[in-house]
Order: sequence, then C-alpha cells, then structure tokens
Amino acid sequence: MDFMSQVVQQLINGVSLGSIYALIALGYTMVYGIIKLINFAHGDIYMVGAYIGFFAVANAGLGIFPALIISMVLTGLLGCLVERVAYKPLRHAPRISLLITAIGVSFFLEYASMLFVSPTPRTFPEIFDSSVAYHIGEFIVNGQQLLIFAITFVLTVLLTYIVQKTKIGKAMRAVSFDTETAQLMGIDANRVISATFGIGSALAAAGGVLVGVYYNSIDPLMGIMPGLKAFVAAVLGGIGSLPGAVVGGLILGVIEAFVSGFLSSTFRDAAAFAILILVLLFRPSGIFGRDAQEKV
Amino acid sequence: MDEPLLKATNVVEMFGGLKAVSDFNMYINAGELIGLIGPNGAGKTTAFNLFTGVYQPTSGHIAFEGDSLVGLKPYQITQRGIARTFQNIRLFSELSVLDNVKIACHQHVKYGLAEAIFRVGRYFAEEEEVVADSMRLLKIFKLDDKANETAKNLPYGAQRRLEIARALASQPKLLLLDEPAAGMNPQETQELMDMIRWIRDQFSLTILLIEHDMSLVMGICERIYVLEYGQIIAHGTPEEIQNNPEVIRAYLGGEA
Amino acid sequence: MNTSQKRDTVMLALGLVIFAVLYGLMETGVIGSFWKLNILIIGINIIMAASLNLINGYTGQFSLGHAGFMAVGAYVSVVLTTNFHLPFLAALLAGGAAAGALGCLIGLPTLRLSGDYLAIATLGLSEIIRIVLMNIQYVGGAAGFSGIPHLTTFPWVFFSLLATLFIIKNFVNSTHGRACIAIRENEIAAEAMGVNTTKYKVMAFTIGAAFAGVAGGLFAHVFYIITPLSFTFMQSFNYLIMVVLGGLGSITGAIAGAFVVTFISAILADWPEYRMIIYALALILLMFYRPQGLFGYMELTSLAPFKRFAKGGKDNG
Repeated sequence: MDFMSQVVQQLINGVSLGSIYALIALGYTMVYGIIKLINFAHGDIYMVGAYIGFFAVANAGLGIFPALIISMVLTGLLGCLVERVAYKPLRHAPRISLLITAIGVSFFLEYASMLFVSPTPRTFPEIFDSSVAYHIGEFIVNGQQLLIFAITFVLTVLLTYIVQKTKIGKAMRAVSFDTETAQLMGIDANRVISATFGIGSALAAAGGVLVGVYYNSIDPLMGIMPGLKAFVAAVLGGIGSLPGAVVGGLILGVIEAFVSGFLSSTFRDAAAFAILILVLLFRPSGIFGRDAQEKV
Repeated sequence: MDEPLLKATNVVEMFGGLKAVSDFNMYINAGELIGLIGPNGAGKTTAFNLFTGVYQPTSGHIAFEGDSLVGLKPYQITQRGIARTFQNIRLFSELSVLDNVKIACHQHVKYGLAEAIFRVGRYFAEEEEVVADSMRLLKIFKLDDKANETAKNLPYGAQRRLEIARALASQPKLLLLDEPAAGMNPQETQELMDMIRWIRDQFSLTILLIEHDMSLVMGICERIYVLEYGQIIAHGTPEEIQNNPEVIRAYLGGEA
Repeated sequence: MNTSQKRDTVMLALGLVIFAVLYGLMETGVIGSFWKLNILIIGINIIMAASLNLINGYTGQFSLGHAGFMAVGAYVSVVLTTNFHLPFLAALLAGGAAAGALGCLIGLPTLRLSGDYLAIATLGLSEIIRIVLMNIQYVGGAAGFSGIPHLTTFPWVFFSLLATLFIIKNFVNSTHGRACIAIRENEIAAEAMGVNTTKYKVMAFTIGAAFAGVAGGLFAHVFYIITPLSFTFMQSFNYLIMVVLGGLGSITGAIAGAFVVTFISAILADWPEYRMIIYALALILLMFYRPQGLFGYMELTSLAPFKRFAKGGKDNG
C-alpha cells in the first residue's frame, strides 16, 4: 500500500475508535455540564454495558441489535441508580467529596465485576465474519466498522433530537445553564440530573457493546483508559458541548490511529494526554466551549 | 502643586463590544478622601479593578506616584502601595481573624524560605512582629477579642471591618474601599465614617471609596466623582455635586 | 525556648519513642516480615500524603499526578544506586531534586489552570511521565528496572518521614505557607494582599513534587524491581484518598489518612477479591458522613490534651 492509502486506512480505523470515544464522551460532557463532576465511574459504566451486551449475545443468544438495546436500557438504569445512591446525597457537598465518591464508585464497579464475572477477559462472540470486508477502491472497511459508524450516527442524531426538541432535553439545557433559576422556573432538577445520568450511561453502554464487537475482548478494567480518553475528548471539544464531545472523540481517535500507525503504539496514550495538556494550556474552553471568568 | 498620587488618563475598558468605562479621567492627591458614586452598573468596581490590576485597560493610562501601573499584576500593585477591599466580601473565610491580617503582612516579611524551614535567622523576630502589627490593627477595628475566631463566623459588619484592617496590614499609601458601609445599620455606618476619617489621619492615607450611602459620602468625602454608563459626568465638592443637575438627573431619572 | 520550640521538642521526643519501640519490636522479631514491610509502606505513604497535602490541602491546587513525581524520584535514585553505586542518601536527594525540578517545570504552565482542569492536566502529565519511562530502554522499559539493592530500612524511612513532616510543618507556619493557604481560601484576595500567587503555587507544587521524589526513592529500594506500572494514576488516586480521608490541610490528617488506608489494605490482604470492594464502599460512606476527613483543618497539637501536655500557647507554630 502506498502512503496515501495508508493514511486513509488509518483514518477509517481512527474514526471507528473515535466514534466509541465520542459515545462515552457524550455522557461525560453531559454530566459535567450539569453537576460539574468528572464522573470517573463513567468508564466503568461503559464496561458494565459491554458485559451486559456480552451476556445478551453469548448466553441469551440474542442478536446484536436486541443486545444493544437491552444493554443500553439496563446500563441507563444503573447510571440512574449510581447517581441516586452515591451522588445525590452529596449535591451540596464540596466538589472534592463528589469526586472522591466517583472514584469510589469506579473502584466498586471494577472490583464487584471482577468478583461476579471473573477478572479473566471474555471473548465477544463474532457478530460478523471478520473475513467479510468491503473494499472501496483499495481501502478496507469491515462490517464492525460500518456498524460502529451507523450506530454512532443514529445515536448522535437521536441525542440531538432529545436535547433540542423534547421537554426533558430543554430542561437539561436549562439546568446546565443555571440550576437555581431552572428550579425557580418549575423544573425538577433531580429528575433532570437523573435523566442525564441515564442517557449518558446508555450511550456509554452502546460504546461498550460496540467495542466488544470491534475488539472481541472485554474485561472488568477495560473502562479505565477509554474513560479517561473520553474525558480528554470532551475537554478537547469543549466541556459541556455535545457536538464538541463528538468532534473531540473523532479527532482523538484519528490522532491515536495515526500515532500508532506511523510512530509506535506505545506512544498512543501519551499522544492523547499531550493533546489534553496542549488544549488546556492554549484553549481551555475547547473547540466549542464558552469562556467563563470569575467576576471580581 | 505636586503630582497627584493616582492619575487616570483617558482610560477605556472594553468587555467584548461593551464599553464598561470610557474616557475615564481622575486624579487623587496625597492625603485626600475621595468618593466615587454612581448608579448600579455605572462601572465603579470596574474602575477599582483597573486601578488594582485585576483588569488591564483597553487604552489609556494609569499612573501611581508618577509610575505607570499598566501591565502590572495585582500583587505588584499592592506592593507599590495600593490596597483594596471588596464589594462582595472576600475574606479568607476558613481562617482565623488574626491569620487574615497576618497574610496581608506578607510583603513586609523579609525572611526567606530556608530561614522559615529551619527557623533560624530573622524567622522568630519577624513572626512576632507580624503578630504584634496584626493585633494592633485588630484592636483599632475592635476585633482583637475575636482574633482566634474563624472569619466566616463574624457578624457582617465585623467582616467589613476585618477587610479594612486586612487591607491596612499591607501598609498602603492609597486605600480603595468598595462599598464599606453596605449592609450596615445607621449606627454602624456612623462609626465607620469616624473610623475612616481616623485611619486616614492616623496612617497618613489617601482614600478612594465607592459608596451608595449618600450620608456617608457627603459626610466625609472632600471631592466626589460621579460615574454613569462608564463616564464621569460630574466632579466636585459635595455641595457642588448635590446641586449638579446632571447628577440629579442620573440619580432620580426624569423627576428632576 | 518559646512555645512552638517546646512543642517541637515534645513531638520529636514522641517520635523517637515510637521509633525505639517499633525498631525494638522489629529487631526482636515480634513484628514479622509482613508487618515490617507494611510499616515501611505506611511511612512512605505518609511522605506521599503529606507532600500532596501541601499542594491539594494547603494551597488548594487540585493535583492528581503525584505518582508521576514519585516515579521520577524512584527511577533517578535506582539508576544512581544500582548503576553508579552512589550512596543512598545522595540518590534519594537527587531523586527528590529531579522530581522537584520537573514539578517546577510542569507547574509553571499548568498552574494557570484551576480546579478540575488542573486535576486532569496533572493526571495526564503523570501518565506521560510513565509512558516515557516505559519507552526508555536504559531503565528497562515496560519490563521494569531490576537488580535494585535493598537499601530502604526502617530507620531510613522513619527519619526521612520525620524530616519531611518537620519541613512541611515549618513551611506552612511561615509567611510563605500563609501565602499558600491564602491562595486556597481566595485567590483574588490573596493577590490583592500582595501575594504573588503564581510563585507560591509553583513553590508548593515543587516542594510537594520533591518530597514525592524522595518517597519514590525509598519505595524503589524496598523492592528488587520496579516497573512503570507501580506508578499509575490509580496510585495518585490512592494518595488523594489518603489526604482527603485524613483531612485536607492537616499534617496530622495526612499521617492518619496514610496510616488508615495502608493499614486497612494490609489487613484485607488475605481477601484480595473483597479488598477493593470494601475499600470503595468505605470511601463512599466516609464522604457521606465525614466529608471533611478525620481531622479537617485540625492538628493533633491543637487538641486540648496535647496543649496541656506541651503547655503550648496561642501561636500556630
């Protein structure tokens, strides 16, 4: 393959990976936008989503789409439950308490999963015959990648619709803009926060199932790194911004694919963090973010 | 006549497309007690923020003792001798009253890091001095009996007094008071007026204050600047200001 | 002798008694090798927690990258002792200096950020440090650095710990420490009181990083091998937890936090599958019922019985 086609091939790989980051980043950015919490447990929610999808396909023998939907629903409920049990009691506590609690929830999900589903990685059943691949010119797109593109696209459109057009979506935007004023306008902030966690977790679950399909392997600690990377993606796009999360996720995925394709895969993670730091230093509000300064 | 202590020339401050302050001219002579008044949102606190380096002017010039303040950071301006209080009280609220004042003595402490860590050299002598200076200031503001209380537990009026005591601990030449009487009852305000005059004489200070309480401003200020929509619309003695039709219009709207 | 010096003397005497008792119990074999190792780890973790507390608790700058500085100290010191046969003390100090220098270098640009952004940036930087170490073949890359002499003994840990606490305590009770605390309380007011906030943030960050480097040196020489995996951000989380659990802004709290966390995890070592679950639940419950940590801003020396004992006065030294 010549250089240009390698570039395009890495681009395809990057967008696949980036789509998954985008799905996780959406939940991060929504939660941060609404309660200013870096929800360190979000990556583990994604892991739980992957496992539910795995059991639905491998044990219940369901197809990929029912598995995806079941995983999204159950994981969404888990997200609501985590918020209700662990975060809600701390609504007025210092933010560091909330952050430590999130770390606690993260540890809990990881190690409870190890206890219940064993720490050994599971092999995700093959949904697509991996030898089936579509040749577009000289580039190869396989079935998994097409599935990732399609699902990410549909979910992003759906989320945009929910946030822009529905009542709960409008309430979410109002609460993230100014919780107190939104409450004065009769919006039940608790319900909105709960819904945000539910939707965000469902999206992460979709990411989890897709990653299972894409890489074939899942394990209880699989959420740690993608969780962090997704946060990087959210910061890159501008924290609190939904299009930002998607664009940030895609950019990050593509950069990682290029770094591992052309430099060395060992520097893949370093690249993500280097981007994070550069963004924070030169444009902390991200690509789509707003600037906020403390009033004196 | 000597050069004024503080001189602002044609200062403009833009926030995005909005002119918060424009063509702002002001001079303050050493030893004066000046009032800056104006309706809410006129740009009074913005002027303070410009004098103290929190904001940088978009254009124009600000000089203190003849030296430009433009480009200096807030701490550098404090070190040159301008101290301030804040409209929305900004105490070190979890710390003791005494520690609040001790922190403001920071720039006059000369012992270095090694002296602090190994407690040698000037450490003990200077620390004692800091405590003594701080207690002396607290006594003036009738806070000495509350020295070990947590600042956030003080009553509102006492918190305002602590802010002034803390500002004085940095040994300023010019003191900027942002609504020192806000939230005080008439008796507290009266006491505060006496206090402000007294510290001006005692510490040979120059004072610029923002205040909504007209009895206070008219009672103690020697000259008054009136700001409206970011521009100085009047300037003069309290009598001149009280009779200035522009000012009456700005404050009372169409009724004048 | 003034009250603060008296108090220091009492604390030093107390420390020496604890040292003598523990050392005696170890030498006579009453404390077996399992707890001997854990006592070393507790001591090292106290240095980590106390130094992180200087950054997070006293200066209020949210750092999540402390393990990165520990890694730098660890690797620099093992190279110096193993490859260059330098004395342990020199290696520890060099490790501390290297970590401190890196802290200063990293702190200058990143400390412009605040809150969560700083947290995530420091986390990212510590991961970059780790990934870079993984790619340096001279120090063993991902396989780790092996053949480290076992130099870390109980006296080394104990006296390093004592020195750390002494220095940090004196720092926070000086005008420099007050400047840091003022930044935590209200950065804008601190600046208005003449505090060069950038300088003091970087100073706290540098000192904190330097002690993490020393702790890293001690940690590395407990084992025969270290790998970059010993210094992941999970470790940084652990130190943060110790600090918050003990009380942000309290040296006593950092000691208590490091002790409790390490002790509990040692006790639970026999039930590895439940260890982290119990730890996680304990953490969440603690945040519910005592978010300010065990000590809050309090110090042991400010408790009434101690004051009576030391006849301490009003000053905070």
